Amino acid sequence: MVEDTDMQEEIHAEDTLEQVAARMAAARLHQRIEASEIMANLDIDSRAAQLGIDWSQVNLDSIHLPPGENFGIESDDEGVYHDDQLEFDTGFGNIIVVDNLPVVEKTKFAKLENVLKKIYNQLGVIKENGLWMPVDLDTGVTLGYCFIEFNTPQEAQNAKEKTHGYKLDKSHIFAVNMFDDFDRLMNVKEEWEAPQTKPYVPGENLQKWLTDEKARDQLVIRSGPDTEVLWNDPRQKNTEPVHKRPYWTESYVQWSPLGTYLVTLHKQGAAVWGGADTFTRLMRYQHNMVKLVDFSPGEKYLVTYHSQEPSNPRDASKVEIKVFDVRTGRMMRDFKGSADEFSIGGPGGVAGASWPVFRWGGGKDDKYFAKLSKNTISVYETETFGLIDKKSMKVDNVVDMCWSPTDSIISLFVPEQGGGNQPAKVALVQIPSKVELRQKNLFSVNDCKMYWQSSGEYLAVKVDRYTKTKKSTYSGFELFRIKERDIPIEVLELDNKNDKIIAFAWEPKGHRFAVIHGDQPRPDVSFYTMKTTQHGGRVTKLGTLKAKQANALFWSPTGKYIILAGLKNFNGQLEFFNVDEMETMATTEHFMATDIEWDPTGRYVATAVTSVHEMENGFTVWSFNGKLLYRVLKDHFFQLAWRPRPPSFLSPEKEEEIAKNLKKYSKKYELEDQDVSLLLSEQDREKRRALKEEWERWVMQWKSLHEEEKLERQNLRDGEISDEEEDDEEAREVKEVEFEDVIDVTEEIVQE
Amino acid sequence: MRPILMKGHERPLTFLRYNRDGDMLFSCAKDHTPTLWYADNGERHGTYRGHNGAVWCCDVSRDSSRLITGSADQTAKLWDVKTGQQLFSFKFSSPARSVDFSVGDKLAVITTDPFMERTSAIHVKRIAEDPQDQVSDSVLVIENPEGRKRINRAVWGPLNQTIVSGGEDAVLRIWDAETGKLLKETDKEVGHKQTITSLCKSADDSHFLTGSLDKTAKLWDMRTLALIKTYTSGVPVNAVSMSPLLDHVVIGGGQDASAVTTTDHRAGNFEAKFYDKILQEEIGGVKGHFGPINALAFNPDGRSFSSGGEDGYVRLHHFDSDYFNIRI
Repeated sequence: MVEDTDMQEEIHAEDTLEQVAARMAAARLHQRIEASEIMANLDIDSRAAQLGIDWSQVNLDSIHLPPGENFGIESDDEGVYHDDQLEFDTGFGNIIVVDNLPVVEKTKFAKLENVLKKIYNQLGVIKENGLWMPVDLDTGVTLGYCFIEFNTPQEAQNAKEKTHGYKLDKSHIFAVNMFDDFDRLMNVKEEWEAPQTKPYVPGENLQKWLTDEKARDQLVIRSGPDTEVLWNDPRQKNTEPVHKRPYWTESYVQWSPLGTYLVTLHKQGAAVWGGADTFTRLMRYQHNMVKLVDFSPGEKYLVTYHSQEPSNPRDASKVEIKVFDVRTGRMMRDFKGSADEFSIGGPGGVAGASWPVFRWGGGKDDKYFAKLSKNTISVYETETFGLIDKKSMKVDNVVDMCWSPTDSIISLFVPEQGGGNQPAKVALVQIPSKVELRQKNLFSVNDCKMYWQSSGEYLAVKVDRYTKTKKSTYSGFELFRIKERDIPIEVLELDNKNDKIIAFAWEPKGHRFAVIHGDQPRPDVSFYTMKTTQHGGRVTKLGTLKAKQANALFWSPTGKYIILAGLKNFNGQLEFFNVDEMETMATTEHFMATDIEWDPTGRYVATAVTSVHEMENGFTVWSFNGKLLYRVLKDHFFQLAWRPRPPSFLSPEKEEEIAKNLKKYSKKYELEDQDVSLLLSEQDREKRRALKEEWERWVMQWKSLHEEEKLERQNLRDGEISDEEEDDEEAREVKEVEFEDVIDVTEEIVQE
Repeated sequence: MRPILMKGHERPLTFLRYNRDGDMLFSCAKDHTPTLWYADNGERHGTYRGHNGAVWCCDVSRDSSRLITGSADQTAKLWDVKTGQQLFSFKFSSPARSVDFSVGDKLAVITTDPFMERTSAIHVKRIAEDPQDQVSDSVLVIENPEGRKRINRAVWGPLNQTIVSGGEDAVLRIWDAETGKLLKETDKEVGHKQTITSLCKSADDSHFLTGSLDKTAKLWDMRTLALIKTYTSGVPVNAVSMSPLLDHVVIGGGQDASAVTTTDHRAGNFEAKFYDKILQEEIGGVKGHFGPINALAFNPDGRSFSSGGEDGYVRLHHFDSDYFNIRI
């Protein structure tokens, strides 16, 4: 054990304050390590004696434990290492320096020490051996100051404030400082310098793309090593490049929800890009081996995710999640733990946890985010990045939760417990009050899925129930009207309630929804509305389309139009459907399409074949009514994403007015369209003519060469009259090719 | 356009060749028997028996009297077209992949695959007027610089002065047919990116078309090896052909036979695609095979074409009058 006096011996008079303090901390740490070691050694010695092992004969270095296995013995190194970390984390904030003490001789040392302890013990807990008064090594006289270490920085701060200027006697007035302040105070410059005002640098206009004259939209694609941002230019029937970069990202790219940023993923972390004309890097977020990212809906925060596969397959993988402020790049909070803590233990998801782990709620304000884990829902607020009310919500056996897209309301689902004795439950909880707004108990439930309508007006819960025999299931819907008083719930069953539900989708911003139900390979598609003029508050069926080759639904972001898509087994069947008129606008196919995405304005649709298929990779752009506009083939096509737009500033009334007077507005654009198409066909003709001319030149060149070589060829063929004449003959023959053209067919009914 | 299905082969087709008059169609397949068909109605005329391995390629002399075939049984054989008799057999120590008669039919170029420690090579043989005088000595042997890579096709250049070859190393090369010296080769920038599977000359030997697994077909000047056109197909290209009548090219291929899905025949895209030769735009396609297309040939009159597939069928198509009216 090291005593304080030993420590003092090591200290030399000329040591600076910092050196002294650092050595002090190190020595104290050393004490602690030795103490624990001695304890452990005593234990080991006695155990060794029991087993009859001569401890001194054992070479400890020759023992190797298999990696990742510790035989239940906690490594004391790790514990010490941790202590060490904690020690330095707190720094020296809990130490004060008291100056202007009386200078005393050795004999009075203890007395002075007691006086000081008396004074400072009233103000806080002095750590064991926390008071230290250095003495002159030669004479043993104190130097007139001392260090006092408290348990907490708060206590130290308090002690400093209370005792600064304390009169011990006439000539000894305490001068007390925080230890940490010394550094700062030493560095103060002699002369005052006026702080420099930074010149204002205008930031980039991050929303310039919205001011495009032709009101086009952008999209990002990844193929091979390249990532490209393109304008979708349907008038030119092509794309126009904006920015292209090989190896821009190391896994994938993602737009922020309002389209301001494009995020790329790298080994070192994530980066966001954006700007007026080209894409410049705006910020980096350090997170090694980041795997997934997620934005908050108002794009204030970026959540990054990384998981480490465990070395031992029985262990859960380690997960690290960081939340960054997008604009400043500051890390707001990080979460670490095993994958179990970030999931409810169900199968699926990425390496244990289902993404996004944190679900953002409360609309575009980015106020709350929540995490679902075993029996709890943890809701954090972004003001403090702490839990609301400092505790998680306890919900036994909760398996699923969803935020309302607009309000801070959480819907959650708890399955049946105790073999059906305790019913399943769907509940709506208000945040931050954690008040349950509405709940419904459901019986003999197999599974539930919750679908929020995009403006948060309705919640549809698809309920799979067991039949009486418990051998099969059937589905129905519970429809919540959130915005109405008391949140009425309506039960909807399909006409044939044994139909399997294949897909469900709300009309964005609308009151309708579509369901694909029935048996593969030809299920039916039904449309329902939550609102009709006749029955205000009743859900009504609009119609059913029989036997469609569809398994996925893609509403236009503006509603009204929907694509009934047959992906996977259906090879990419597409039906463009107008729900207002209940009529099919076009039926077509993008063979083997894997992805379908509407542009943010609902004017165009892109369908893509990604590299899951080997061939015909690329994408096709269609108009909203199913007219093919253009195709782009790209080998090794990985991803396509439209750049989202922020919500429109137009009020719904204004939008309606524009829709009403569409003819007036569209005239201008129709003219423009016409001009462009004329120009285009002109360009096209020009291009073709150039190509033809170029070809003619080749042919002429070849012909003359061919002519020159005529005789030689004749020789090679033993004088047989060469091919020229025959070629001519053939050419003549070509002209004789007969065409049979039907010019006109008229049908006449001949009266007898 | 109703195709005529010609079922005679028991294994995948490898090559198709019309004679100069356009009345006979020779087909090669992985079964061991090259077959002769009537080119108008698709009736089988006869077979050439004697090979003991897959037959990869064939060529017919200008007067339609001689047929030469190259086979995996490590021989190339000369046949009497009329009688079906084997006239001569060139023996090699590795499979013969491609054969081509020169202008005047006095020479033939035969390529052989890398095999055991043999590297791939191009052999030039003299073809005797009288089969009695035929000898098996090579006039010239060119070792491929990329010896372990297969040469898939070698043909004569204009006036038999050069030989053009292409194969697994994706590079096209022009050789001097006298000395065997390498004259020109394509560079990586403009050339194919993957194995060149097929090569087809224009009627006047001025340009040629190549197909590659990199999903494109390219048109080249035969004298300068300048790249003229590129046709993008979206599927690996196994076979190419050019219309002698119109400015059309036809490209066939599809998903690799070993990777063909079992779900839908369309998944593999076994379509013969027509492109405008000058504008490089796709005009249309002819579907029907349920395996990749391995061989394509235009009738010299340009009014019919045939395709041979991995499925063992030859499909013979006579164009409708609409075809001659295509305007784009």
